[in-house]
Amino acid sequence: MFTFNHLSFSYGNKAPKLFNDFNMTLEAGNVYGLLGKNGAGKSTLIYLMTGLLTPESGEVLMEGDNVRRRLPKTVSEIFLVPEEFDLPRLTMRKYISINAPFYPRFSMEDMERYLEIFEMSGHMDDKLTSLSMGQKKKVFMSFAFATNTRALIMDEPTNGLDIPSKSQFRKLITTGMSDDKMILISTHQVRDISDILDHIAIIDHSQVLLNTSMADVMGRLAFRPLREGDQPIFVLQSPYGPLGAVPATEGEETNVDLEMLFNATLQNPEAINRLFTASK
Amino acid sequence: MNFKDNKAIYLQIADRIGDQILAGALTPDGKVPSVRELAAEIEVNANTVARTYEYLQQRGIIYTKRGLGYFVSPEAKENIVASRREQLMQGEMDYFLGQLKAVGITPAELQQLYQDFLNK
Repeated sequence: MFTFNHLSFSYGNKAPKLFNDFNMTLEAGNVYGLLGKNGAGKSTLIYLMTGLLTPESGEVLMEGDNVRRRLPKTVSEIFLVPEEFDLPRLTMRKYISINAPFYPRFSMEDMERYLEIFEMSGHMDDKLTSLSMGQKKKVFMSFAFATNTRALIMDEPTNGLDIPSKSQFRKLITTGMSDDKMILISTHQVRDISDILDHIAIIDHSQVLLNTSMADVMGRLAFRPLREGDQPIFVLQSPYGPLGAVPATEGEETNVDLEMLFNATLQNPEAINRLFTASK
Repeated sequence: MNFKDNKAIYLQIADRIGDQILAGALTPDGKVPSVRELAAEIEVNANTVARTYEYLQQRGIIYTKRGLGYFVSPEAKENIVASRREQLMQGEMDYFLGQLKAVGITPAELQQLYQDFLNK
């Protein structure tokens, strides 16, 4: 659905390049987790793929069209939920009636269903400015899903959500996802979302360090207590003894520990690269 | 994280469905929730649930009727037991035996312990 071709970008001439000849593709039917340290360029990448920033060279295509052209057929199929945003001084009902027409597949029925998941159904006639930060986020995400755009991009969506809302957020994703949609979630809060992802991309210093499916990770790396003779790629001390990310043996399948995978990838990119490029 | 906690999620979901069948909450030839329904209910990626269903299907625990969804196999219970036995022998048994070795339990002691357990 999205293709990043030889993308280069920096904020100003003197600033270091955030992306240099960056390449990646994103396919429909997947929930992507975009992981990277602070300043790795996650938000910048999101603004580049939504046509809000212009690359110095290279391009981002959505279904073959350059996103920078901001064609109606492109922008009506992309919804971005930024990390921070302001909503106008309108009621939710008014907001929907003004904004929904931009999205051909917007569904009021879906909107009501998502508000219900977030326990926000009773707020239709409240002014958006009177809602708390977390409530605003819930309303805006409900609207984002109800637009039924093919691409839904969320920057740190679980920031500012309380504990029950994080579970509601996962329910929103698993309810709202379908085979023709692509959802991209940029986050540090990997524990909140690890079970709902199909695919992860870890970026650092303008490079994709790892871009693969969760199933592939499960087939190649095991996350478990270390045993004698293990050759771990990453070791974590825990109250239960050392845990590690270890090349998986034949048939060994453990849950993917995204936090450990992330740290392993940043600490030992060469070993990760070798492991994931080896044929199985 | 202990051994059981870190079992692949698709297998944990398979266990959950297996438990429901063994407990009679899902009955032979009864309908199993659709992939998307279950994914939304347990807040897990739909492809993970699809993988669970594929696994259960391969083991004769559920079957599919084209266009109608998934159903519990008539011989599901026997197949669940066989499949759990296989899983136990593949992973957990190894871990368990390792623990026994680490604390120095002899085969004779193990036999006695197991015998006492069965007699309880």
